[in-house]
Amino acid sequence: MTQLSVPWRPRAKQQHGPMAALVAGFAKALYATFAPLVRAFPGPLLIGAIVTVIVGVWANYLVFEFVDTALVAADTNVVAETGLFGGLLAITEVRAGLIAAGVPGAGTLCYLLYPLQYGLVRDVIGAGGLLGFISVIPLYVIWWERKVAGRIQSRTGPMRVGGWHGWSQSMADGIKLICKEDLCPADADRPLFKLAPYLAFVPAILAFFALPFGTYWVFREVDVALVFILAMLGIEVLGVILAGWASNNKWSVYGAMREACQMVSYEIPMGMALLIPIMAVGTLSLTELGDTQSGGWTSWIVFRNPFTFVAAIAYYIASLANCKRAPFDLPESESELVAGFHTEYSGFRWSLFFFGEYAAMFVVSGLCVILFFGAWYSPLPMSLAESWGLGDSLIARAIKGLLFAGPLWFVGKCVFLLYVQIWIRWTLPRIRIDQVLYACIQVLLPLMMVVLMGHTLYELFVPTHGLVWSIFNIILSLIGAVAVLGMIFIATYGFWNRVGLVGSLGVETLPGS
Amino acid sequence: MIEQRQTKNSFLIVGLVLAACASSASAQYPTPENRPARAAESELNAEESVVTSTVAPNSAVEAALFYLFGGTLLVSALGVCVTKSVVRMATWLFGALGAAAVLYFLMGAAFLGAIQLIVYAGGTLILIVFGVMLTSKSPWVRFDCPRIEMWAAGGVVGVLFVALTTLLIGTQWPTLSAAAHPATIAEFGKELLTTYLVPFEVGSVLLLVVMIGAAHLARQEN
Repeated sequence: MTQLSVPWRPRAKQQHGPMAALVAGFAKALYATFAPLVRAFPGPLLIGAIVTVIVGVWANYLVFEFVDTALVAADTNVVAETGLFGGLLAITEVRAGLIAAGVPGAGTLCYLLYPLQYGLVRDVIGAGGLLGFISVIPLYVIWWERKVAGRIQSRTGPMRVGGWHGWSQSMADGIKLICKEDLCPADADRPLFKLAPYLAFVPAILAFFALPFGTYWVFREVDVALVFILAMLGIEVLGVILAGWASNNKWSVYGAMREACQMVSYEIPMGMALLIPIMAVGTLSLTELGDTQSGGWTSWIVFRNPFTFVAAIAYYIASLANCKRAPFDLPESESELVAGFHTEYSGFRWSLFFFGEYAAMFVVSGLCVILFFGAWYSPLPMSLAESWGLGDSLIARAIKGLLFAGPLWFVGKCVFLLYVQIWIRWTLPRIRIDQVLYACIQVLLPLMMVVLMGHTLYELFVPTHGLVWSIFNIILSLIGAVAVLGMIFIATYGFWNRVGLVGSLGVETLPGS
Repeated sequence: MIEQRQTKNSFLIVGLVLAACASSASAQYPTPENRPARAAESELNAEESVVTSTVAPNSAVEAALFYLFGGTLLVSALGVCVTKSVVRMATWLFGALGAAAVLYFLMGAAFLGAIQLIVYAGGTLILIVFGVMLTSKSPWVRFDCPRIEMWAAGGVVGVLFVALTTLLIGTQWPTLSAAAHPATIAEFGKELLTTYLVPFEVGSVLLLVVMIGAAHLARQEN
């Protein structure tokens, strides 16, 4: 084979290390073992997995019960102070409790029971669950974005991979991205180039660790959760800027510069908008902020007074700019800057930027939901659930979780806001950088200053639950209800008349569906 | 022109080193412990207990984390000093500031840690990189200071190091009583707006002056 003369520097063929070979061999062996099984019995396997999880949780509960009774029965000073469900016990304390309770084999048993303590198990399950959630959310939001973009442009979007509406398209894309070559430009700043995707991805994950999904559904209850999440979103930007700079490519640097000036300016109105619900409630803890909105949709902070209503909209606009979503997607504007800050990235590192971006989209939507749109509470007031007298049985809890409050409502609202972000992206054209800065500094910032002052005076001088307060509250709540119901009506109307709306291109059933 | 930039650069390097030193010093020694034998006579007020380590690193995990992030902080601070590329230097500084923030979190001062991340990592570092991108003429901006400036900077930092070390060694560290509760953010805010109102307001007026000055300078160039 003759060597072609090429204008670029020839590179040595990349050799895979033993670790990569080991992982690949493991994956192949797993596939060879389980693929025939999954193909043969998909239903029984799924049901078996669910049953295993339930039995595992139940067995764990029994072990907890046992340890708890053993330790309480022992009634040593140590146990009385901390308690099994209070804080972590040292191994020596567990052993002392077991010996005092007269359990045989306490010496070895304590090593088995120590890692089963509530705090540790909760952390492991919580971290695993959050990582799983963060991995799944971008996959499906990307798939959904492509579907929505398709429908908005009268096409179908991905239809083939996996069967039903291309539901596994993103997974196929992920496998492709992992298999792609990991390129680094010869003149790039190598260490920074390799570091930047992680700086963009890791903070987005960390933000989830303080984001509550429900009253008790939070990995770490921090009393400054809001400030912490904002800090994490700020660090993510640093990753993007470093990526643009380290690529040593003029398009990337343009993208990074736009990101920097956009972020630095939009952080101010965003922070001011976030101050307004904090002032209304008087806490920085996201759990407390959410729990004040349990009295039905009229108690949601967005409908509290005109200033919070404006602040919610302003926050949403600023959060679009913060996540570099259209119409503020100047850092990666693909029609002018090739791909902006990630022009030079490929493969897994490229996908890290998108995991980070979609995770951050979820985080800002989550903040919006917690601070303005009733957190994890449904539009029905919690007092209604209490008046029904459901009790505390498992079924009653399920009804409460589905109808009144719970992580399902939180995730549902966040997904709706994500949908609005997608919808805006495929509807509005991208604006110029000077228009971006004009919108921030000359429109949004003065507006937020007025709103901040107005809200301060309103909270000071208008008595809460007084006449004026209630009138504004009711009017705004009605506006919100009409907006939501109108949207549902328009969407339903559009769905039933979808063939007619598209015109002569309309078909009754999509090919491949 | 070039010399001017070099002078600016060497000021910047001294500033960065000082920042790293300050952050490392303040990170390892929380404020109330920094003060010689005062905690005994006065009750802990809210501002102090915000930066108070209520949980001493008594468990092995916590001690391991403390040494891990303390080590990260020192290595990153050293990286800031020895790197020549400005953007890499900023990245090292991010390591130092981030590790200091983690130490604050370990000590139970979540607010201080989060603010450290927002102000320094999220704000100042982005501005440094942004400034480099706006002003650089070559692909990679590097420091090449004259030897005399390096010696001067080394002298200042050395004197500071000796002074701080003697101060730290010579101080008796009072241990906090276990009763000291972690202050809530509400208590912190209340103290800031009552007992410490004057310094707080002076700080905000200073920032306002800086903002007006910056706006004025930006206007004049037009």
